[in-house]
Amino acid sequence: MTDLAHLRSDFPILDQKMNGHPLVYLDSAATSQKPAAVIDAVADFYRTTNANVHRGAYTLSNDATDLYEGARAGVAAFVNAAVGEIAFNRGTTSALNQIAYGWGLYNLKPGDRILLTLMEHHANIVPWQLVSRHTGAELVYVPHTGDYALDLDAFADLLDERVKVVGITAMSNVLGTINPVRQIADAAHEVGALVVVDAAQAVPHMAVDVKAMDADFLAFSGHKMLGPTGIGVLYGKASLLEAMEPAEGGGEMISDVQLESSTWASVPHKFEAGTPPIAEAIGLAAAVDYLQAIGMDVVRQHEVEITAYALDALTAIDGLTVYGPPDTANRGGAVSFTLADIHPHDLATILDQRGVAIRAGHHCARPLARSLNQPATARASFYLYNTPSDVDALVDGLQESREIFGVA
Amino acid sequence: MSLNELYREVILDHYRAPRHHDHLADPSGTAEGKNPLCGDEVTIEIALDGDVISDIGAIGVGCSISQASASMMSEAVSGKSRAEVEELVRKFKVMMAIEDSDEEIVNPDRPGEALGDLEALQGVRKFPVRIKCADLPWITLQQALEEAE
Repeated sequence: MTDLAHLRSDFPILDQKMNGHPLVYLDSAATSQKPAAVIDAVADFYRTTNANVHRGAYTLSNDATDLYEGARAGVAAFVNAAVGEIAFNRGTTSALNQIAYGWGLYNLKPGDRILLTLMEHHANIVPWQLVSRHTGAELVYVPHTGDYALDLDAFADLLDERVKVVGITAMSNVLGTINPVRQIADAAHEVGALVVVDAAQAVPHMAVDVKAMDADFLAFSGHKMLGPTGIGVLYGKASLLEAMEPAEGGGEMISDVQLESSTWASVPHKFEAGTPPIAEAIGLAAAVDYLQAIGMDVVRQHEVEITAYALDALTAIDGLTVYGPPDTANRGGAVSFTLADIHPHDLATILDQRGVAIRAGHHCARPLARSLNQPATARASFYLYNTPSDVDALVDGLQESREIFGVA
Repeated sequence: MSLNELYREVILDHYRAPRHHDHLADPSGTAEGKNPLCGDEVTIEIALDGDVISDIGAIGVGCSISQASASMMSEAVSGKSRAEVEELVRKFKVMMAIEDSDEEIVNPDRPGEALGDLEALQGVRKFPVRIKCADLPWITLQQALEEAE
């Protein structure tokens, strides 16, 4: 197995006991842990270089601006975007709202359709619902197959000239499913629709190339990819960003302000109203450096292997059902499951007593939970610092859960 | 913290075979409780005969703690007057450390003494993230009683 266990010592938080047991962190799909390199980059910035960006006529501010804009360049290169195609914001949710309010609000009208998938996180549903209320555009959803893949036949049936935008997750945060974004984008472009990719789960766990995907817009978060909270990334094709209106107005995003109206700063700064998350962007750049030093192909390979190990061990437990593709070639490291009639919250409590941290609930994807007929599932999700022994601890805790609940 | 204190036999019994788990034909008051964070759902329906809860429906889906709490509550409040139910709610919330009480309404050495099966839920106190699960049906009951006014 691709062994990255030597990296664990880079993550200070992992070296602790939780309820008397070594911490086994299996909730990286919610947020990842941070290596010392990221923590230090943020702390060093505050210790040595902290100043506001783009406005100071003094050396410290210029240094802070250089670091901030350098972070943009590093993040852009990471997903094969041009520097000017990357805007920083608070997170994936912020980026998706910018697209909905900056593009959707001005370009959708009654009779238009917004085509989403049932796998979407609430962050790629609710902004479109809000925009739909304003514009009269209709929301339509692509279901998934019994194998938890996107139903491409249904997608083809639903895709017509009425569809103006397709919102799709590159990797489901519940099922783990990796969607064929390029194929979706090609089909969408044929009917003139834009493609908005929620890459919050994909960018941390596999090599993502916005050009190869042919995504029109793409969003991801720093905190799920070893970076700080409060920093997110909006990618857009240059021409689309040029044409898109800002969703937030304020300082830093203007060229000139008159009493009645204003003109915007150039892309991408017109999407960065107010003081941006400067230290967080610098921390994210450190996370990108850390991931690149390992290599995203290695990160992905490790995840494929540990997910295969987990799927084998979990499906061997009597009464356990996994909701997601069985083939690791088509999935990431988020594994959702239920165990007999034991509620996921009860599983989470029992596992917590053994130091094992998992998520339980609807994972901010209630339409998907309904389509699975499971109001709640348990979810274990892996990242580069997880080892097979973490999976073993999970399995032991699930066996204890069966005993406590008297599952035959 | 012992999981055996949390998952007492009586709790698992109520979880697996919830009492009063049917809708009422003609409820005097109905309320739905939801915990959007974890997805626990409880619907409480009450029929009042004058001042007395003559029948109750406690229907829901969720974790063992929320559903067992609803089931045990439904048994405990059946046939009780509003005043008696209010006292029971207070005793329960004090036992669960959800509320404080200036007067000593429960035995400090054994706060669940007067609560019957419900005493089994006392173990939840040691699992702070789960207290809201146990509390959900009780909040919902209070809403159903208000609605019936």
